[in-house]
Amino acid sequence: MRLRLDPLAAFFGLIVNIGVAAASVYGLGLDRDHELSPRVEPLFPAFAAAMNLVLIADDVYSFLFFWELMSLSSWALVVARHDDPANRHAGHVYLVMAAIGTMALLLAFAGLAGGAGDLAFASLRAAPRAPYVAGLVLVAALVGAGSKAGLAPLHAWLPLAHPAAPSHVSALMSGVMTKVAIYAVIRIIFDLLGAPAWWWSLPLLALGAATAALGLLYALFDNDLKRVLAYSTVENIGVIFVALGLALAFRATGLEGSAAVALAAGLLHALNHSWFKSLLFLGAGAVLHATGKRDFDGLGGMIHNMPKTAAFWLVGAMSIAALPPFNGFVSEWLLFQAVLTGPSFPVPVLRFLSPVVGALLALAAALAAACFVRAFGVAFLGRPRDPATANAHEAPRAQLIAMGALAALCLAGGLFGGVIVQIIKPILVAFAGAALPGMDAGPTPFSLVAFSAARSTYDAPTVAAFLLASGCLSTWCAHRLSSRRTRRAPAWDCGFPEPSPRTQYTASSFSQPLRRVYGGLLFGAVEKVDMPAPGDARPARLTVTLRDYLWEWFYRAPARAVSRVSLWLDRLQSLPMRDYLLMMSGALIALLLVAAGLS
Amino acid sequence: MTHAYEVSRFLAGLMLLASFSLLCQDRLAAVLNTFAAQAVLLSMAVGWEAWTQDRPHLFITAALALGLKAIIIPVALRRMVDRLGLTRGVDKVVGVGSTLMIGLALTSLALLLVLRVTASAESFTREGLALALAIVLLGLLMMITRRSVVTQIVGFMSLENGLILAATGARGMPLVVEISVAFSVLIALLVFGVFVFDIHDRFEGVGVEAIERVRGDRE
Repeated sequence: MRLRLDPLAAFFGLIVNIGVAAASVYGLGLDRDHELSPRVEPLFPAFAAAMNLVLIADDVYSFLFFWELMSLSSWALVVARHDDPANRHAGHVYLVMAAIGTMALLLAFAGLAGGAGDLAFASLRAAPRAPYVAGLVLVAALVGAGSKAGLAPLHAWLPLAHPAAPSHVSALMSGVMTKVAIYAVIRIIFDLLGAPAWWWSLPLLALGAATAALGLLYALFDNDLKRVLAYSTVENIGVIFVALGLALAFRATGLEGSAAVALAAGLLHALNHSWFKSLLFLGAGAVLHATGKRDFDGLGGMIHNMPKTAAFWLVGAMSIAALPPFNGFVSEWLLFQAVLTGPSFPVPVLRFLSPVVGALLALAAALAAACFVRAFGVAFLGRPRDPATANAHEAPRAQLIAMGALAALCLAGGLFGGVIVQIIKPILVAFAGAALPGMDAGPTPFSLVAFSAARSTYDAPTVAAFLLASGCLSTWCAHRLSSRRTRRAPAWDCGFPEPSPRTQYTASSFSQPLRRVYGGLLFGAVEKVDMPAPGDARPARLTVTLRDYLWEWFYRAPARAVSRVSLWLDRLQSLPMRDYLLMMSGALIALLLVAAGLS
Repeated sequence: MTHAYEVSRFLAGLMLLASFSLLCQDRLAAVLNTFAAQAVLLSMAVGWEAWTQDRPHLFITAALALGLKAIIIPVALRRMVDRLGLTRGVDKVVGVGSTLMIGLALTSLALLLVLRVTASAESFTREGLALALAIVLLGLLMMITRRSVVTQIVGFMSLENGLILAATGARGMPLVVEISVAFSVLIALLVFGVFVFDIHDRFEGVGVEAIERVRGDRE
């Protein structure tokens, strides 16, 4: 077994272990009697160890072994609450997808190793291989690692399995394990596969952009807080894949400077996403623990009972929506800087593709903002929609510490993105062939310069100072110029004097305009209004049905085909004895004929 | 030396003839007689090998073949047929003519194959091996094309005869193997015998269909 820690592994080790530390501290605040059980406690460290070991593996055998250990320990955590049939279903889908993914990775490594039989990564790097073999390895690696990361259309297990696990494990699976899959993609495609060809980037760009846009549309139309977060993970994975695809394309066409910016965007987004997604999942876990509810229709008004959790969650939501001065903005800014140099591609296909990808990313960024305005607004603002929600309590101190630390990291990552980019310089030089301009290139010490100070600079501390100053100023003005008195008045109720919190704007109402635009084509959305006859006192009902085409085409159809084939093969289990004899002798005679023909 | 091989080849040819003759019998009694004759031929062939190759331990195999397969098993099977009052006829899936045609094709396949595959080997044992393979294939054919349990047992054991013939023809095959083969035949007989009695007790019939009914496959 060979182990090695290089800068890339060290960077991802940072992602993994910060996430593990936050989830562990959060776990201290869990209720020992109800939320932790012997099904969770021993597997959590095993899962964390497996993720670390995947990163330092330096040969195929240990990589696949630890990868499988990671899959299985996380699967066991997903089915920890197996008394719920939904969790069992999630575990089943996850197990099947993990098996397919590992099989694809096995094929990828087989293609990398060729017939030589030496499985050390060092000899894989040196082995010569034909272009079509490289293409097959690329596809197998994308299926294998992409299914673990949540690349569409292999993402379907993710929104089922991530929410099914206990919340601190959800945070690890969504925030950290998907990054281990990203690590596998970088390790195989950027490192082991050798010098890139430009067309390698096409599947990464196309699938990444589609994943980014689709993931958020799924998130927008879903009404379960943890599932929305899982779908948003799918979106962020798409963004990271686009960044990696751009880096690959720039590298292959000799534009090392742009490749460094794109790769830095991808790595930085992986780091940032691990922070804010862990934070959001931990916050959702606190809400779930306080109310027992994950459904938007039962939440609402959490900010009154859980002010600190709400504040931390807001930081996470602003980060994921890529608002300055938080960290999400830094990586998205770098990514768009890379996209904007797309017209300099020497290959026409890439020149045309990069604006399309950029447009889809912009759409995804806008949808992400909408999605988290909806999530925060419906869950934390307004009035409680359920009595259980009204009596919620603030999260225990350990959980608040974990969330607070992550929120602080989100802010620090936003302010000091330029420092992080300098720290990952060895990775950029190794895999992109260049690095970003140094710390002294910008106007202030902590500014982030993508290409040159005149063309592309993000000066985070200055922006943050401006935002703070203008925010304080406008607050002061608003309070100074208007009455300071806080007034409480009945909420506006559309002219209908019904005091029920049900009359509030709901999550479904929020996403309705977007559903009208995108739902029909992509989800086959059908809205049905059940209007009572005049004189009938029952309320009118609006029901919306959405179809998941990806699930139907990529999951249910193959599953049906497999079960049909196995039913057909099942008839072989109950033939008369003579037919078995006939088959055996037929096989024997066929083999004899082959032997006679060969000799 | 060549005489020795010609005699053993002659005996092997006679065994093949007995296999063909097994395929075209209409009566169970005749099937059992033919099988006994094949077993006698086998014991002669093995005995001849033991004599000419100066491998006395092969006499044990010859004696086992004679005692077990030529006498004990046919007698036991005949008593079984009598005691159970089985139909005396052979229940065929494929008619005699077509069975013989298939058997001819299998025999020529065996000859063609062994002669081609072993083209570089010692020339004397090749024909013996080819004939043994043909006997094995004909035993399989009998198991497939004949329906009653007794004929399937006989087909199985005639297949076994071909195996023993091939094993004794090859030099250096240790005795352990032959004894174990002989015992496996005996065990197979016991198992089949128990099955036959059991099936008869429960279902009053010894067609293979009865076994299928036990397994619940065909309604």
